[in-house]
Amino acid sequence: MAGDILVVAEHQAGTVKRPSLEALTCAAGLAGSLGGSVVALLAGDGADQAASACGQHGAARVLTLDVDISDTTAWASAVAGVASHESPSLVLFSQSNRGKDLAPRVAALLGLPLASDCTNISADGGALVARRPVFAGKALVNVTATGTMLATLRPNAVSASVNPAAGETSAAEITAPTRGLGAVLAEIVAAASEKVELTEAPIVVSGGRGMKEAENFHLIEDLATALGGAVGASRAVVDAGWRPHAEQVGQTGKTVSPQLYIAVAISGAIQHLAGMRTSNYIVAINKDAEAPIFKVADYGIVGDAFEVVPRLIEAVKELKAHA
Amino acid sequence: MNIVVCIKRVPATDSRIKVGADGTSIDDSQLEWIISPYDEFAVEAALQMKEAAGEGEVTVMTMGPAESTKELRTCLAMGCDKAVLLTDPDSGTRDAHTTAHALAKAIQGLSPDLVLCGKVAVDRDQGQVGSLLGGILDMPCITEIKALSITDGKATVERAGDSGTTETWTVSLPAVLTTTKGLNEPRYAGLKGIMAAKKKPIDEQEAQLGEAALTIKSLELPPPRREGRIIGEGPEAVTELVRLLREEAKIL
Ligand SMILES: Cc1cc2nc3c(=O)[nH]c(=O)nc-3n(C[C@H](O)[C@H](O)[C@H](O)COP(=O)(O)OP(=O)(O)OC[C@H]3O[C@@H](n4cnc5c(N)ncnc54)[C@H](O)[C@@H]3O)c2cc1C
Ligand SMILES: Nc1ncnc2c1ncn2[C@@H]1O[C@H](COP(=O)(O)O)[C@@H](O)[C@H]1O
Repeated sequence: MAGDILVVAEHQAGTVKRPSLEALTCAAGLAGSLGGSVVALLAGDGADQAASACGQHGAARVLTLDVDISDTTAWASAVAGVASHESPSLVLFSQSNRGKDLAPRVAALLGLPLASDCTNISADGGALVARRPVFAGKALVNVTATGTMLATLRPNAVSASVNPAAGETSAAEITAPTRGLGAVLAEIVAAASEKVELTEAPIVVSGGRGMKEAENFHLIEDLATALGGAVGASRAVVDAGWRPHAEQVGQTGKTVSPQLYIAVAISGAIQHLAGMRTSNYIVAINKDAEAPIFKVADYGIVGDAFEVVPRLIEAVKELKAHA
Repeated sequence: MNIVVCIKRVPATDSRIKVGADGTSIDDSQLEWIISPYDEFAVEAALQMKEAAGEGEVTVMTMGPAESTKELRTCLAMGCDKAVLLTDPDSGTRDAHTTAHALAKAIQGLSPDLVLCGKVAVDRDQGQVGSLLGGILDMPCITEIKALSITDGKATVERAGDSGTTETWTVSLPAVLTTTKGLNEPRYAGLKGIMAAKKKPIDEQEAQLGEAALTIKSLELPPPRREGRIIGEGPEAVTELVRLLREEAKIL
C-alpha cells in the first residue's frame, strides 16, 4: 500500500547480503516519514532462512518468491508482479552486481522511474528525494518523482543496523507469474577462488603501475586477505594485463565506496579518484610525496610499497591474531 | 544484419564540473566533449559483426544537442553506415526513462536485429538505458558483455557474474546488449573513413519526449574531502597508520 517500501533483498544460501541489509536499514528509517512499513522480498533457494535477518533490519513483513533468479528477466517479471500487487511508494534494491541489472528491468516492466546508485533517500513532505552521484562523483544530484519510484542504494552508503524493537518475522510465500524472454544462461565458470565483490567490499586494497609487474600483486592480495577486503587496480595495471578489468577502479571501471580504501603505488589521476573518492577513509602508499593521491588520503605514507606493504601485512596479521 | 548502436555525447572524463546558474545542470561553457567511452565498444562490436557477416547495416543513433553531429561523424568515419540524431538540447539532464522511450520510438522504425548500448553513459551514470530499451522493445537484454559472437540468429555473450564468475548466455535475436571494456579495442577513424563519412547521411529529427519521470531538484558539488595528510615515511610509519586506523577511523 501507499507509504510502504518494498525492498528486493539478495541473499547467499540464506544469508542476507550486507548491501541488502543496508537497503533494509535505509527503508526502515524512511518508512516512518512515509507512513508505511517495510516489506522485504526474497527469492531463490534458502529464502526462508533469510527472513529473520530481514525482520531484524526493519522489515514488518517478508515475502518469499519461488523463481529461478539466475534468469534476471524472469526474476524481474516476478518482482514487477509483486510490486504491482503491493503498490508501495518505493521499490528499493541495492546497487549490487545483480541489483543494478535487475532494477532497470523491473522499472521498464512497471513503466516507473528508477534512481540508480543512490547514496541517500529521504522524504520531503510526501515526495521522495533521491541523492545520487553524477559525473563519477564530481557532483551530486537530488532527484524527485511525483509518484512511485524505484531506487538502488549504493553499497556502504548507509550502515546496516538492527532494530532492537524488531519482533520475530516469518516468511509468507507468494507467487507471481514469470516471463523469460529468450535469454538462456548456458554456463557459469567459477573464479579460481571465491572473491569478495569489489563494489560491496567494506575494505578495498588497490595496486597501481608502481607495483612494476603482475607477480608483485601477491602483496596487494595478501594485504586484502589479511584485512578481509577485495583487490582493486588502476587502469594502467589493467591495460598492462596484470589484472582483469573486473578489478579496475575509476571512471571507466568500478565505483567503490568502502569504509577503507588503500591505494598502493597509484598516482591518483582524476579518472582513478572518480571511482574511489567517496570512500570513508583513504590510505595512500606512494614513494612520490607529490603524487596527487596524497591530496585525498586521510593517511599517507611516503615510501616504497615493497617495504611498507609487507610491514603492514605483518602488523595487520598480528593485530588480528590478538583480537 | 541490421544493427542500431546508441551513443551519447558526454563531457570528457577529466573535465572539471561546475554547477550552472540554474542550480540543476552543469555549466557546460568550457567543456570538451567525447563519445561516452563504453559506447565506443558498442560501435566497434557492431562494425565487427557486420564485417564478419559480410553484409548488413550499422545505424548509429544519439539523442542530444545539434553539436552531437560531431560524435556521429566520428562513428560514421569508423565505419557506421548512417546516423540518426534525435535533437534534444537537454539530453544531458534527462532521466533514463525519458531517454529510453525517445530512443525506442526511433529504434522501432528501424526494426533492428541487434541494439547495442554502452553499459553506462559517464555523465549521469545511470546505467539503465540498455535494460530499459530491452523492456520497452520487448527484447531480451544482456548487460555488460565482454565477449560476443553471433551464429544462426543467436548471440552468445559472456559477462562477469557475482564473485568473480563468468556467465555465458545465449539470446535469440532481436536483442539488446550493453557493452563493457574488454569486449574489443575500438578502432580509430582513418583519413579515408573521415572523407567517406562526409558523404554519409545523418537523419535529423526532433526527439519525441514524454513528460520527465524524475525531476532534478538540485545539483551540487560534493562536500570537500578532509585535507590530505601525510603521516610518515617508510615502513616505520606503519605503526602510526595501524594506530590511526584503530583509534581514529575505528576500522581495524
Ligand atoms: C577516458 C579515460 C578513462 C580512464 N579511466 C580510468 C579508470 O577507470 N581508472 C584508472 O585508474 N585510470 C583511468 N584512466 C587513466 C588515468 O588517467 C591514469 O593514467 C591511471 O590511473 C594511472 O595509473 P597508475 O596510478 O597505476 O599509474 P601511474 O600514474 O604511472 O602511477 C604510478 C605511481 O606509482 C608510484 N610508485 C612507483 N614505484 C613505487 C614504489 N616502489 N612504491 C610506491 N610507489 C611507487 C609512482 O610514484 C606513481 O605515483 C583513464 C584515462 C582516460 C583518458
Ligand atoms: N541521449 C542518448 N542518446 C543515445 N544513447 C544514449 C543516450 N543516453 C544513454 N544512451 C545509451 O544508453 C547507455 C547507458 O546510458 P545510461 O543509462 O544513461 O547510463 C549509453 O552508454 C548509451 O549507449
